[in-house]
Amino acid sequence: MVEANLGAQTMTIHVKFFASLKEQMGCDGASVEIGEVASAADVWLSASGGQPMPPNTLVAINMEYVDPNQAVQDGDEVAFFPPVTGG
Amino acid sequence: MRISVQSEPLAPWGLLAEYEQQLNARHHGKHGACASFVGTMRDFNEGDAVQGMFLEHYPGMTEKALQQLAEEAQAEYGLLDVLLVHRVGELRPGEPIVLVAVWSAHRKAAFEACRSLMEDLKRRAPFWKREQLPDGHRWVEKNTTGY
Repeated sequence: MVEANLGAQTMTIHVKFFASLKEQMGCDGASVEIGEVASAADVWLSASGGQPMPPNTLVAINMEYVDPNQAVQDGDEVAFFPPVTGG
Repeated sequence: MRISVQSEPLAPWGLLAEYEQQLNARHHGKHGACASFVGTMRDFNEGDAVQGMFLEHYPGMTEKALQQLAEEAQAEYGLLDVLLVHRVGELRPGEPIVLVAVWSAHRKAAFEACRSLMEDLKRRAPFWKREQLPDGHRWVEKNTTGY
């Protein structure tokens, strides 16, 4: 987890949940305020109220797959979803 | 290249015929092979009767991912054209879910690209299936490998 630089400026991150994660979280997303330095995993913790991220969760920032440790930027859209099952 | 996601029923053979006609006008005499795949909803999965399905997607990212996959396949196999249409929303058994069609100069590239594109779609395109069973619903947890 990247340590949040509390007291400094915060970022607004737009969070989205899909499929079973949406049901589990009880909503399809939210906007969260987070410290100036944060990763997608930090965004998960903030948006989920500290719940552990389920294994196999996929993460996308601005609609591109990323590693959960990828840093986020102010205004980013960060999505969390289970393994994909299309086709 | 045409990539789309639609909530209305998918009629793959009509779409394929229509696209082939347009393609002939553009690349007349250039392609020697077309390979296509149509995936259809089953009424059974993992030993259970499945009455219906809801296919969720991530508007924006899904289309972007499909476009990337099609462009990668086009570059890797030297395809002349790609048609990729995927259904979302409420489906009933027997309804088509996905159409993948590729055109190339020779059959090897068409066969291989069609399969590869379909497998990549299964692994990377953000869609999620929720099955309606007689006693409730469940999310499909993972796709089986096609190889």
